[in-house]
Amino acid sequence: MRNIKRNLFLVLLALIASFYAASAAYAQEGQPGYPTDNDVNRIAKKLYCPVCPNTPLDVCETKACEDWRAQIRDQLSEGWSEQQVMDYFVAQYGERVLAEPQRKGFTSLVWFLPLTAVLIGTGVVYEILRSWRNQKTATTAVPPLPEIPKELLEKIEREIRELD
Amino acid sequence: MIADIGLITLTIAFIFTVYATFASAYGGWRGRWDLVESARNASLLAFPFLTVSVIVIVYSLYVLDFSLAYVYDVSSQAMSPFLRMAALWGGQQGSILFWAWMMAGFVAAVLLRKWERDREMMPYFIATAMLTTAFFVGVVLFITNPFMRLWHIEGAAELTQALFQPANSMPYYPEDGGGLNPLLRHFGMIGHPPTTYLGFTGFVIPFSFAIAALITGQSRGDEWIRTTRRWTLVAWIFLSIGLILGGRWAYDVLGWGGFWGWDPVENAMLMPWLTGTAFLHSVMMTEKRGMMKRWNMVLIILTYSLALFGTFITRTGVISSVHAFTKSALGPAFFAFIGLTFIGSVTILYLRWDTLKSEHTLESFISRESAFVLQNMLFLAITFVVFWGTIFPLISELVTGIKITVGPPYFQKATGPLFFVLVILMGIAPLLAWRKQAVRTFGKAIWIPFIASLGIAGIWGYTHRMHPASILGLWLVTFSLSTTLAEFWKGVQARHATRGENPFTAFINLIGRNHRRYGGYIIHLSVVLIALGFIGDANFKLETQGTVSSGESLTIGDYQLQFEQLRAYPGSDGREIIEAVTTLSQDGEVIRTLNPRRDYFTVQQQPVTVPGVYSTPGKDVYVLLVGWDDSGQSATFKIYVNSFINWVWIGGLMMIVGTIIAAWNTPGQREATYVLKPGALTSHPLLQES
Amino acid sequence: MTKLPLNEQEVQSPPTADRKRIGVIITFAVILTLLGLLAWGLKKAQAGPLDNGLAPDFTITDFDGRTATLSELRGQVVVINFWASWCPPCREEAAYLEETWRKYEDKGVVFIGVDYVDTEKEALAYIAEFDITYLNGPDIGTRISQAYNIQGVPETFFVAKNGELRGVHIGPMKSPQLDEKIEELLAEQYP
Repeated sequence: MRNIKRNLFLVLLALIASFYAASAAYAQEGQPGYPTDNDVNRIAKKLYCPVCPNTPLDVCETKACEDWRAQIRDQLSEGWSEQQVMDYFVAQYGERVLAEPQRKGFTSLVWFLPLTAVLIGTGVVYEILRSWRNQKTATTAVPPLPEIPKELLEKIEREIRELD
Repeated sequence: MIADIGLITLTIAFIFTVYATFASAYGGWRGRWDLVESARNASLLAFPFLTVSVIVIVYSLYVLDFSLAYVYDVSSQAMSPFLRMAALWGGQQGSILFWAWMMAGFVAAVLLRKWERDREMMPYFIATAMLTTAFFVGVVLFITNPFMRLWHIEGAAELTQALFQPANSMPYYPEDGGGLNPLLRHFGMIGHPPTTYLGFTGFVIPFSFAIAALITGQSRGDEWIRTTRRWTLVAWIFLSIGLILGGRWAYDVLGWGGFWGWDPVENAMLMPWLTGTAFLHSVMMTEKRGMMKRWNMVLIILTYSLALFGTFITRTGVISSVHAFTKSALGPAFFAFIGLTFIGSVTILYLRWDTLKSEHTLESFISRESAFVLQNMLFLAITFVVFWGTIFPLISELVTGIKITVGPPYFQKATGPLFFVLVILMGIAPLLAWRKQAVRTFGKAIWIPFIASLGIAGIWGYTHRMHPASILGLWLVTFSLSTTLAEFWKGVQARHATRGENPFTAFINLIGRNHRRYGGYIIHLSVVLIALGFIGDANFKLETQGTVSSGESLTIGDYQLQFEQLRAYPGSDGREIIEAVTTLSQDGEVIRTLNPRRDYFTVQQQPVTVPGVYSTPGKDVYVLLVGWDDSGQSATFKIYVNSFINWVWIGGLMMIVGTIIAAWNTPGQREATYVLKPGALTSHPLLQES
Repeated sequence: MTKLPLNEQEVQSPPTADRKRIGVIITFAVILTLLGLLAWGLKKAQAGPLDNGLAPDFTITDFDGRTATLSELRGQVVVINFWASWCPPCREEAAYLEETWRKYEDKGVVFIGVDYVDTEKEALAYIAEFDITYLNGPDIGTRISQAYNIQGVPETFFVAKNGELRGVHIGPMKSPQLDEKIEELLAEQYP
């Protein structure tokens, strides 16, 4: 039983992980027509326009962004890999062109801290619930209301159920 | 000279708000009821005076009184009368006036309705709410005054803005104004700012009551929660509508095929919405079980602080780019104000912390109580993730000197799993009983929806797109949808069995009998629908881009888009339109013509991309005209197929309906105010009866 | 906390009191940190471009591979112009800049063009179009523009012979603004 549960959990994890897997098909290097607009956009989507506030490069309409997309196209047709293009952008225009922050150095904190917070939060919630449950055992140790007639208690219970 | 009237009433309103703040605080402190009453009258009067100011500005925008700098900035002759008036919130000065006006309106409404009840809390309620209002009115009066005029000083190269005539100057009347930012000329943008502001300002009511309850010690009871429940719902639903209209605007105008971009401005709205939602749930714990009294206080203070924080970072350019350069005095004033609010409210809470003790008992981990606590933690976790991602660029720049961007990938990855768990919880929590839920009965209630949703999601996912993530997403929505619908079904069944009502009557009566509960479930259903829209956006989106000559087609999924021709013509509001005529077909059969276009606003020199959209309940085909060659023989299009996107808007409408039902006040309806702890039973009216 | 009534002291067991104190300290620390961060952000958002004090030093490599370092140019007047090929107002002043450069080339004046986030292809085309002969190079990683806190392009900074900033011009320059500024800086005498 435990094992099944754990396996289920692992399957769930794998499923959640697959959320992030890109799955669309694109033309590959060497094929005719490469690089297509879609090849360019696939990379541009992961980059931000360096001059306009909060605009991904693939949708930005300014002249500057058109130039950058043309540059990606040139680089791809020269045989650059996606990683090389991204690295070039970071070197030229700074880290802020990356839509997704890097996972190294100080920047990794952006990923690390929420994860820690969620884990701690889960622990805190568990602790709180546990302490509440313990409090209950403490209060029931005190003699429980013998003076309330049983019918009345039932009546109240019924009322509560209806209201709730 | 009508503008002078607006300026005068604005000044009077400012004096009233300041007076009301001090008089009510002093009156409350010294027990001088006459002062409190006079503060109340001043608060009530501030609203009509502000109303006059608003009317004057709207009128000036309408008649194009370009001697006012604000009118010159945001209105123009080419704009339709309706747009001219909507320009009230098209710029900073007007927005803040509008904001202050609505806040004063909310406070006035409360004072008219709640004056006799909750007398004890009133002095401090007035003081808190009026302090906030006074701040915003003060900002309008002293910093971003929309009644500033344009003056030309002799020999100066640029125009001067001032309220009163500077020395050696001549009044200046421009021929025409700059006009509203073209991007804002859309129904979503017309409705989005007012609803958002209503949402933000509306939270001042529960916040002020909470502070008043803390100061007077009324927080021991949960009277303040009952008093503010509907106000909180009103603020919450307006904030929700604001979010959805903003999404609709982004979808129609920004031209990137999506509706939510995790931009700092959007995040700033989302954060108070998240904590506000948590608050709406945690107050139920207090009402039903007398638990989480402190937590409610923490949440309402957090919600209000986040609303201010969001306004601050987006209005003052703290988090933005080189382009949003605003060197106004608004920043420091606003900073001082939020500092005062944060520190002040937390200090008051700290001083009253021990009076807020409530007894927490839990019989079982499997219970409604646990679900509420977990749900609150999830909302807070999502808020933290969003908050952290929003301010991290600032932290990074401070610590390392390197500017970075935290874009949608971070937010999707970090909040995705949390939202996932939250929606599951939303599906099962209503099935859990208070205090203790027997695992057997719970299993019995859940297995049919669980199996059914697995089946539906499997088939649905298989026919649409074989991808694990999409199937998981579909399972999520079907599961939550079916458990929530099962709740309605059970209720209808019960009424049908016991009272012999037909299903339709039973359904109506069910909602009528406990509209708070079923209104809440309708909101849950709407959230599931909106979640479906997000899942479609994340997992089912298709996109392609290509350049085609006249007569050629682009293919995406089973759709083909054939380019016919380009045409250009002048449009309304001073724009030049370049439009592509295209034909959309599916599997070779022509569906309809789509006209994606680009509008050039000549005065502002700004293009706006207008998509051509073929919209069905299942999916939208969203076509953008990206570019063209000068001969008009070929054009570049970007096509998105957005699945389930319409369910976001449908869910939004349903959310409004659910909220209205949940907030509906039926006279004589008894609210569930039982506190299930041994000590409380002895004082219960039912006990005294027998 | 010391003068609590007896019964309350009893009720509040020491660990809870400690916990509360720690909680309060953490809460206020977080709030004050956040406010500090916002204050810093606000100050930064409200600050204009750098226009006085010692000009931040930088080394720039131009499109032909030549390098220049600001601190090695003491004794000369330096004009630093930030531009980009995609910026229409930059085009308005490009010809005037080149013309002025040719006029002062041999008079102890150095022009440095800093190309702000641009593509090399378009930048070279721009330089060729206006026949620009002074040193021009890309602002790798936007380090220089960040150091000068530019608000946009074009923006022109003036560095005196002693390496100090003597003001900034935002937007395109028109004749004779640049000539006047250069003459003024050339005329500066140091004891």
